[in-house]
Amino acid sequence: MKTKLTCSAAAAALLATGSVAQAADLTLCWAAWDPANALVELSKDFEAQSGHNMNFEFVPWPNFADRMLNELNSGGQLCDLMIGDSQWIGGSAENGHYVKMNDFFDANGIDMGDFLPATVTGYAEWPKNTPNYWALPAYADVVGWTYRKDWFERPEIQAEFKEKYGRDLGVPATLGELKDIAEFFQGREIDGKTVYGAAIYTERGSEGITMGVTNALYGYGFEFNNPENPYEMEGFVNSAEAVAGLEFYKALYDVGTPPGSSNWYMGENIDAYKSGQVALQMNFAFIWPGVEADPNVGGGKSGYFANPAGPAGQFAQLGGQGISVVSYSENQDAALEYIKWFAQPEIQQRWWDMGGASAMRAVVEAPGFADSQPYAQTFLDSMAIVKDFWAEPAFAELLLSMQERIHNYVIAGDGTAQEALDGLVKDWTETFEDEGKL
Amino acid sequence: MSFSVTEPTNRTKWFAGIAVVLYAVITIIPLLWIIATGFKSPEDAIAYPPKVVFEPSVEGYVNLFTSRTRVNEDAMAELPPAETWYEELVREKGQTISGPSRYGERFLNSVIIGFGSTILCMVLGTAAAYAFSRFRVPLKDDLLFFILSTRMMPPIAVAIPIFLMFRNLGLNDTHLGMILLYTAVNLSLSVWLLKGFIDEIPVEYEEAALIDGYTRFQAFYKVVLPQAATGIASTAIFCLIFAWNEYAFAVLLTSGTAQTAPPFIPTIIGVGGKDWPAVAAGATIFLVPVMVFTILLRKHLLRGITFGAVRK
Amino acid sequence: MANPVTAAAKATPEPVAQKIRGLSDRTIAWIFVAPTIFLLLAVNIFPLIWTIRLSFTNYRVNRPNNDVEWVGLRNYERILNDPDIWSTMQATAHFLIWTIVLQVLIGFTLAYLINKKFKGNDLWTTIIVFPMMLSPAVVGNFWTFLYQPQIGLFNYVVAFFTGADPSSFSMIGDVNLAPWAIVIADTWMWTPFVMLICLAGLRSIPDSIYEAAECDRASKWRQFWTITIPMALPFLMLAVLFRGIENFKMFDLVVQLTGGGPGNITTLTSIDLKREAFEKWRTGYSSAYAVILFVTVFGLAAIYVKALNKVKER
Repeated sequence: MKTKLTCSAAAAALLATGSVAQAADLTLCWAAWDPANALVELSKDFEAQSGHNMNFEFVPWPNFADRMLNELNSGGQLCDLMIGDSQWIGGSAENGHYVKMNDFFDANGIDMGDFLPATVTGYAEWPKNTPNYWALPAYADVVGWTYRKDWFERPEIQAEFKEKYGRDLGVPATLGELKDIAEFFQGREIDGKTVYGAAIYTERGSEGITMGVTNALYGYGFEFNNPENPYEMEGFVNSAEAVAGLEFYKALYDVGTPPGSSNWYMGENIDAYKSGQVALQMNFAFIWPGVEADPNVGGGKSGYFANPAGPAGQFAQLGGQGISVVSYSENQDAALEYIKWFAQPEIQQRWWDMGGASAMRAVVEAPGFADSQPYAQTFLDSMAIVKDFWAEPAFAELLLSMQERIHNYVIAGDGTAQEALDGLVKDWTETFEDEGKL
Repeated sequence: MSFSVTEPTNRTKWFAGIAVVLYAVITIIPLLWIIATGFKSPEDAIAYPPKVVFEPSVEGYVNLFTSRTRVNEDAMAELPPAETWYEELVREKGQTISGPSRYGERFLNSVIIGFGSTILCMVLGTAAAYAFSRFRVPLKDDLLFFILSTRMMPPIAVAIPIFLMFRNLGLNDTHLGMILLYTAVNLSLSVWLLKGFIDEIPVEYEEAALIDGYTRFQAFYKVVLPQAATGIASTAIFCLIFAWNEYAFAVLLTSGTAQTAPPFIPTIIGVGGKDWPAVAAGATIFLVPVMVFTILLRKHLLRGITFGAVRK
Repeated sequence: MANPVTAAAKATPEPVAQKIRGLSDRTIAWIFVAPTIFLLLAVNIFPLIWTIRLSFTNYRVNRPNNDVEWVGLRNYERILNDPDIWSTMQATAHFLIWTIVLQVLIGFTLAYLINKKFKGNDLWTTIIVFPMMLSPAVVGNFWTFLYQPQIGLFNYVVAFFTGADPSSFSMIGDVNLAPWAIVIADTWMWTPFVMLICLAGLRSIPDSIYEAAECDRASKWRQFWTITIPMALPFLMLAVLFRGIENFKMFDLVVQLTGGGPGNITTLTSIDLKREAFEKWRTGYSSAYAVILFVTVFGLAAIYVKALNKVKER
């Protein structure tokens, strides 16, 4: 309660000095998920201080991109504030959907150096690695792993694992070890039920399998293009290392995942984990507070670890979003006011406390942060190793091609990994040619 | 009753009866499973292995109509005591209610769009069917075939230009746009059905009315309409059911304001994962009106679903 | 009922009476038909013409700033040379053929049995009809739940009857089973439809024909093949026509059930078209795709209707 009072007071002081603005009706658009509900609560503070009225438009994940991009492309005025996915930034910047933030940041003393570097690159910059900002990092998210600590700690299971693999059962250090553990639990009898290894992303319809397979591809040395020469993909997307990474993901799917997990994304993985079907779960970090609070698997029964390293290094798929002001909005000033309010360290701290993943260094690098939650350290470790998918204006097509090629190989077992990635290079080359970038 | 060679023997009847009842029981199980899931707790709904016997809970229905936020224990302790039974139920799960959900709105949209398009469709359809039935309309057969053929187009294929057209006219994601669209889609069904019903009303009634000095309009609404009332009612229900269950256009052309329930129900999520009881509860409530209609409509079912091609 | 207009009409010569009584029949006919035709032109024909126009361009809805160019027949060439399109056509054909075969077989059998007029057949018919009144999207969504090997009902029911382990197979994950998973769900939902039409067909056969056959000492088996089937055939063909058109358009149930996966195994043409048009936003290209689909469905339907009319005439 105390934090609430102090931050309200801070916000009041901040806004009192500003010009007295007309009360506006603001609409914030985001995906419908746990953090969004927390943001509604958090925003009550902004409403109280500013006098503006906040409305929310939350779209479920499977339709989120379709609907919001459609909204932006048609110049719609539904959203004043958009917490859009990281990959939209290129298209939204180039097509003028978002308001450029540089001047606003300068004028209000908001420094991008105060945010985790990966989130600034991932959520705010376009072109990447240039100081052109189109968003404020709003929700830091990354793929990581949840595991059944209570199962891992059982002596009989530990003994059997040691006998079989010659090492202790624990958090895997490499992707290979992860696969061993998944294989070990696959089909095992625990408390009278048959359990399985790992719930991984395999969804076909939107972005699921891509967000999953990249966690294997990056670690094996897959690159989206030649780092020296943008859009040169031959030999990077389909390199021998990338092929090995893709083969790994298929092997993991074949030997260590529950039957029927052929079209799973966030929700299905949570269900499988909570119902006690699996020992491991791949998922975005946003689910961790929910896991901790769950009556069946929470309260110390679960542990967390960052995506393990592959032969080429340790990487994890970036999730998360930045918050932007939509350029078609008639309430841009009030919307910017919201961002100014949201960027305050006190508000960011409270955001984290409520289950929102702040990207602000003052919050996540504060002493005691790592111990604040069982998953806090894993969150920090994961955020340090992130990579993201294309954020090009054509990302939707690039994503659809990847979904199709990867699902065809990994789930349907069609062709070889080399053929799948060669095909992907072909599709992507075609897309970039259509775009006039090649 | 005299002996008839075509009357099946008792043994045949028994055999047929048992086979049909067996099929009915099997076919109804998925439906009962949906309804039952609505009364499970979220944990029971995803229980591994599935639970056939469970403790009934209304959590699914509460979750369907509310949006909730998870709060930690400290914050929970500071909250004022719960005022309602459903607030209490939500608190037991470590959550608080942050507001109503969108389901009510979506359901209402289905009602507005469903009934709006049905009424409009009946007005236009009855008039057109009457004209086709009673007057010599030039190119009548071609027009009738044209009306029927509009129903053959895959909705996704038609949706591209409709999407563009609606966007230019500002009809995207509006009730009016969806009402016009569903009316147009349903007109083929209603014209064909109603023409059949009106054909069955003897022309002599109107002729008598015209001789009595009624105008055509008067004859139409004082003589023909009352006679066709049952036909109109059953046609209306078929149009309503189509608009009620339609998904493809709804998912492409509506979003925030005019979205109907079918695209919404599959996307209902709870706090931390998919909320199957809420999805099932939403589906069950959505099903009730249609189920009632099915029972009321038993006798007209066939004619409706076959565009009047089969008359009973 | 004598109102002044009627009285006047009776006293005046015919043509004048026509005017006073109101509009001519011809005018009324037009007033009655015009709104319907107008709405259908606006919502069906105008968009269709627009689609045809767009199909010759490279227009993209999500690139409002790009110039729109005429590309001639390039979109059509690209589609017809794309092996993926043929694989979606194959998936559609598999779905179409098997749903029709199963629904006709089961639907006709049920209708035949119900027509034995056992006690309570009305009640059971109504119960059987319920599935087809549901929203296909909701059905598809819920069947994903039923098909989950660990937590769904379907595998456990199959396991109960066959003794197999419920987790030993996955209906929507297995490349070989997924095409059947969508067939089963659709058959569950739409068999009642075929059943109803067949029932109407069976009931339309007059008893006297059977009585005559009975006098000729024709066996029941022979009666079935020489009377029942031929007389119910037009109805069966009608059922096939309606199911065929509906399942050619199939989108909602399957997209919810499998999302087109695994890989592209259950990507029916409508699902593929939706991706091209509303996810990749290749508007020109997908317009050409839509035109090809129109032509296919109209062509097939026209041929079929001709055949149907021949059977009816016989």
